[in-house]
Amino acid sequence: MSESTTFGKDVSRAPVSQRGHRVGPVDDSQAIGGQISIEMDGKTLKVPIGTTILEASKELGLRIPTLCHHEDLCVAGVCRMCVVEVEGQRTLQAACAYPITQPIKVKTHSRKVRQARRHILDLILANHYGECYACNRNNNCELQTLAKEYGVDFFRFGHPTEPMFELDTSSHSVVRDMNKCVLCRRCIRTCIDFQEVGVLEVQGRGAESKVVTFMDKPLAEVVCINCGQCINRCPTGALRANDPTDDVWAAIDDPTKHVVMQTAPSPRAGIGECFGLPPGRALTFEMNTALRQCGFDKVFDTNFTADLTIIEEGTELLLRLKKALVDKQPVAIPQFTSCSPGWVKYIEHFYPEYLAHLSSAKSPQQMFGALIKTYYAHLNKIDPKDIVCVALMPCSAKKFECNRPEMCDSGYKDIDYGLTTRELGKMISEAGINLPDLPKSDFDDPFGTATGSGVIFGATGGVMEAALRTVIELVTGKKVENFFDHAEIIPLRGFEGIRYAEIPVKEVGPVPGILKHLFEDWSWLKGATLKVAVAHGTAYAKKVMDDIRAGGKFSECHFIEFMACPGGCLGGGGQPIPTSPAIRAARAQAIYSEDRAYSVRKSHENPAVVKVYNEFLTDGPCGHLSHKLLHTHYTPRGKFIA
Amino acid sequence: MLVTEQDALRQEIKAWGDMYGRDRTALIPILQEIQRKHARISEYAMQIVADMLDIHPVEVYGVVSFYSFLDHKPKGRFVIRLCRTISCDMHDKDRVARQLQNDLGIRFGETTPDGRFTLEWANCIGMCDQGPALLVNDHVFTRVTPDKVHDILEGCRRAMGVHAQEQMQEQLV
Ligand code: SF4
Ligand code: SF4
Ligand code: SF4
Ligand code: FES
Ligand code: FES
Repeated sequence: MSESTTFGKDVSRAPVSQRGHRVGPVDDSQAIGGQISIEMDGKTLKVPIGTTILEASKELGLRIPTLCHHEDLCVAGVCRMCVVEVEGQRTLQAACAYPITQPIKVKTHSRKVRQARRHILDLILANHYGECYACNRNNNCELQTLAKEYGVDFFRFGHPTEPMFELDTSSHSVVRDMNKCVLCRRCIRTCIDFQEVGVLEVQGRGAESKVVTFMDKPLAEVVCINCGQCINRCPTGALRANDPTDDVWAAIDDPTKHVVMQTAPSPRAGIGECFGLPPGRALTFEMNTALRQCGFDKVFDTNFTADLTIIEEGTELLLRLKKALVDKQPVAIPQFTSCSPGWVKYIEHFYPEYLAHLSSAKSPQQMFGALIKTYYAHLNKIDPKDIVCVALMPCSAKKFECNRPEMCDSGYKDIDYGLTTRELGKMISEAGINLPDLPKSDFDDPFGTATGSGVIFGATGGVMEAALRTVIELVTGKKVENFFDHAEIIPLRGFEGIRYAEIPVKEVGPVPGILKHLFEDWSWLKGATLKVAVAHGTAYAKKVMDDIRAGGKFSECHFIEFMACPGGCLGGGGQPIPTSPAIRAARAQAIYSEDRAYSVRKSHENPAVVKVYNEFLTDGPCGHLSHKLLHTHYTPRGKFIA
Repeated sequence: MLVTEQDALRQEIKAWGDMYGRDRTALIPILQEIQRKHARISEYAMQIVADMLDIHPVEVYGVVSFYSFLDHKPKGRFVIRLCRTISCDMHDKDRVARQLQNDLGIRFGETTPDGRFTLEWANCIGMCDQGPALLVNDHVFTRVTPDKVHDILEGCRRAMGVHAQEQMQEQLV
């Protein structure tokens, strides 16, 4: 059950020899002895052996406060906010870390419990420097909520009036303010167990404990991949994204600037949560209206370049396959997707020897930037130096990505600012707009139309599904619906950490016009079986990479989609807080239903994409100009820090 | 660090890996070996250990910073650790502390400029009935008085002299 499994995988750091001491879930909870009767605050319940008191309390609809507990993470039991009285036990017990193995009676809010919790809170606050009204987690802070619930009206053990630590603002993506840290270690469990990047740990012990990077270096100097998952797990304002909203407002207020916004698929599925809506309601078109009201000059859909990415990346894949199968030349296969900047930095640090496998296609965000400051600027006779490109992303790593020195192929900084879903939510509130009430409006031309394929980029498996829809049609010349119902490639969907599919190419058609300059015919593909895989969360990416390194099953794949964040972009580090397995599922639902609602659902059918290849990128996918603007190169970084 | 030094360190750590194993349970014994041999655990060493045990360097750093007997920064030849826990405290550890600071001219947490002495606090070292207690490297001294502090430091200086002579002789041989 809860014991040290996150996302269905064992992430325990305990030595194998000690794992036998754990109480895990029973194999068959219906067997005799599998169920235990317990009593909690006078209510009774039967639970499978191994259930924690906290889990049981949720089933009974009781609230036990928590601080270090998070549904995505293994049990830590360090904050003690969740203490309860268990009859027969001398001391109070931590509900989140107490597996039920025999019938027990629990009191969740007796006097003793309330007093203890209040004491714990008072002690935390005695070390907590921060003013709620000047804090980016105001109204969305678990510590603040607890202080309210427990009626804290004075600081029994004092309250710091001076900061104790300096801010770490070195990173483009994550800002760390350890003055607000409550040492719950959620960020550590996120980074080490959930993501397996391993940037954060506790330094020192006891009162001197502090969450630090390796050697307490600035975040920008260590192996942080900027995924922001730690921000999303932090209960307080100790971790936050590097927020450029002031600069964006300044650009909007500057009449000489033409401010262009592009919005990615996932924020629409999440932004409602910033306005009190339950997860899973997409506000795509309301958001367009809000952005115009905020003062953005144009609002575009990142899906347009997601479609473009599919064409470029799909073509690149076909080229690699041809090189291997027809020309019999050595070539890096499997090809890896490159649209997740967290994943890109991960592979640069941890598997630099595999960088050749990474598709050279830029991410949709960066492709858009490069096109806006060239194609769009030319079309509308605007000087690119007056264009400010803002990207709304579910992601904190996108902030790092747009600041990569190589991302200036238009001759200017392709994307000026990356905003997270949370930051845009704040801007919209600042403008006095209640998003859910707004009328809908469409995206602006010339990139207006999007396809369903672009939308599903937001969910894990989406890039692969979109790519296959296109590749299958380009190669067979037939509608993908002939092979998959409603063009939905179900084996690629879902939240399993690693998914694998084989797609046999039984028939081939003529080479479509758009690829005529690269391929004569598809006969060499006939009878081949396309092997693809999907991994999300760098912990799973690591498993796949280790398998490839060992020459396992995944080394025989042709194409693998990697996403740094669990669940894909919809679970990104820039999405509204909290994010949990249930919330990710609801957001995915929103994304897949949006896909179904589109009339055009395949990237190569997107009329705006076809137009760009006709008018601008005239030497076609993977041609000269597209290589200059839409492709990039990577930096082998390695994991050793000098 | 010179490349050759780094190579030597890597070889050493590999050998300890062969001895203690290559999973995270081997971490402490390997760190202790490094500490014993080099009197500190460098940034580079931590990363090599992490790589070998397939854990993250920051975890190794966390462990090194957790334990008082593992050091990242070089310390003095003699590390004096005075117990500050309650029994020793009630036995007037403060006077001993003052004497140590006066004699060495440094405060707790510091090392003398000549690199000979480091002064640190320790928590209970199990000599509560004979406090105040302190450790000099791994030797225990109990019922320490300000007078005794002088003798202890003198002892160290003499040992250092002998040691220095031994070293010189070794080099001559
Ligand atoms: S972290 Fe929470 S409690 Fe602390 S200042 Fe921010 S909102 Fe207030
Ligand atoms: S952003 Fe990601 S990699 Fe960086 S510290 Fe946070 S969880 Fe770790
Ligand atoms: S930074 Fe946030 S998540 Fe990490 S330990 Fe501190 S409060 Fe917890
Ligand atoms: S929530 Fe149970 S100890 Fe922190
Ligand atoms: S209190 Fe000093 S040795 Fe125990």
